[in-house]
Amino acid sequence: MSRFISKNGWTLGLLGLFLLLLAATRVIQPDFGASGLESLTRATLPFAFATAAMAVVVIAGGIDLSVASMMAVAGVTAAVLMEGTSGGASVAVVVFVLVLGLVMGAINGALIVVTRVPDIVVTLAMLFVWEGVALLILNAPGGAASPWLRGLIVGSLGVYWLPKSFVLLVVCLAIIWVPLRRSKLGLSIYAIGSDELAAYRSGIAIGRTRIAAYAICGLFAAMGGLALTMSTGNGEPIPGPYLMASVAAVVLGGVVLGGGRGALLGPIIAVFILRLVRMDLTLLSIDPNVTTIVEGSIMVVVVMLGAVLASRGRRA
Amino acid sequence: MSAANQTGSLKRLGRLLADNPIIPLIILLVVLVGILEFMRPGILNERWIGNTIKFAIPLAMLAACQTMTMLTGGIDLSAAVAATISAFVMATQVPVVGVPLAILIGLIPAVLIGLVNGFGIAVCRVHPLIMTLGTGLIGTGCLQVYQRFVIATGSVVPDSLAWLGTGRTWGLPNALLLFVPFAALLIWSQRRTGFGRLLYALGSNETASKISGVRAWQVYLALYALSGLIAGVTGLLYVGLIKAPSLSLVNPLLLPSVAAAVIGGTSIFGGRGGYSGTVVGALILTVLGTLLTLLQMPEGARRILFGLIILTVTTIYIRLTNQR
Repeated sequence: MSRFISKNGWTLGLLGLFLLLLAATRVIQPDFGASGLESLTRATLPFAFATAAMAVVVIAGGIDLSVASMMAVAGVTAAVLMEGTSGGASVAVVVFVLVLGLVMGAINGALIVVTRVPDIVVTLAMLFVWEGVALLILNAPGGAASPWLRGLIVGSLGVYWLPKSFVLLVVCLAIIWVPLRRSKLGLSIYAIGSDELAAYRSGIAIGRTRIAAYAICGLFAAMGGLALTMSTGNGEPIPGPYLMASVAAVVLGGVVLGGGRGALLGPIIAVFILRLVRMDLTLLSIDPNVTTIVEGSIMVVVVMLGAVLASRGRRA
Repeated sequence: MSAANQTGSLKRLGRLLADNPIIPLIILLVVLVGILEFMRPGILNERWIGNTIKFAIPLAMLAACQTMTMLTGGIDLSAAVAATISAFVMATQVPVVGVPLAILIGLIPAVLIGLVNGFGIAVCRVHPLIMTLGTGLIGTGCLQVYQRFVIATGSVVPDSLAWLGTGRTWGLPNALLLFVPFAALLIWSQRRTGFGRLLYALGSNETASKISGVRAWQVYLALYALSGLIAGVTGLLYVGLIKAPSLSLVNPLLLPSVAAAVIGGTSIFGGRGGYSGTVVGALILTVLGTLLTLLQMPEGARRILFGLIILTVTTIYIRLTNQR
């Protein structure tokens, strides 16, 4: 038990912080309840997928600046293809968009491996490329989402306090993350993030593993894009503030920038914390623009602290 | 034998290009202008050249921020936001406090953004890309809040800035009056002054320069503050050119400014490059922009093209520098 606590101390601390914030929300807004929780998880959904996407590549020792742009591509593709399609066809669209995400991520990864240009530069360039692709697909917000998809994330399931969007998030992440964590590929991803040379000498195909990590990142980003289209009901070609938010949540969630450590649970709790802070500020009826400033400052401070801790760890 | 000769001459050519990127760049510029003249015969006249230079100058100035930060292996993605804030604050303060003071007030937030960047990068060791992206977001938020307070005052672009931005004397744009000394000072300081050499030293090998006694954090702080200041001045010049301050005035120039520095031969990993290449890079991008407009290329395709240019050029530079 004590070993469990010391091993998962950071995540448990985050969970405690989240519960504390929930209590604070209750104080600010006495009638905050199931419906508040529901709208919180629904608003968090795209952020959570973006964070998951970022977490995978950061664990593999990289970074993907194109997450938000890939989400935009996935979102507009889904919205354009779904417009006026029936239920059956829209399932095919969802599958297609998920495959598209895998392909986009794999292209990022392959470019990093083939060109030998550092990941941060390649994904910066790809950020612009995917942004352009999204604009070519849809020049202005438009398209539509199938109603049944919207039904997937609106409302609660069975017991009234369990939001459907939360169930969707957990299921989507678990389907990919749990088998991955236990597979050889998952171990390899941790290995190349922790020490590339050691991983290479233990016989891990570095290039293939890296491409796989970026492909999974692309898959999560596509889910994020789909979630965005589901919740807004149309496609938005200009990427939202998901890049910065995902980096901050990953760092706050205990994944070390530089790789090899952390998991998915911490970042996901962290992203909920960050969204809840925003919600609290809104409930306190603070000007939304001021909220953006506060939120941005929190993210920058988190990233700064994370960097300080990371450089301390390297020295120690 | 001939194959060995060929690789030998190829290597030499690669080295020449890596050491003097300005030669192939000028050739590329001439080729682009040639294509333009071929597509639209007669487009090449004094007026067109003046216009091209006029639009290339703000881009080249914003690219100065990228060039200098890239020399140390960094980047400044908040430059466009800093420039926009400067321009907007200045334009809204003119009716209240008058032109000279408004210009001064306008430059303060830009330098402040630079200082915050410098603090995060130098002291907390955050990656410059992430840090400047974050301050850019915060800056945009602050600008939106600021806009609410000044919505009543309205905005005025001072005549002096409009003269500098759009006017021309003997066929040459007046902006050259600002730009020529600026570029000369920058190129001179990069090559001859201690500060300039420190940038190259930190970019080539940070550990080595630290061991040789360079106080890296002071250099980074000064560098990013300076980058903010240059961005602010660019914003003031650009608003004189566009004459309509808005909340996203300079933002479309961010991506081309990175591309201009990269095309100009400045390595995004630091230690290599210079401002003269960047100026030619800015000219190339402006001419390329005209070309794409003539081809009626949509905005999305443009962004894809810019992204691919950055990627391709960086790859080529890595290959060239690895060859030696």
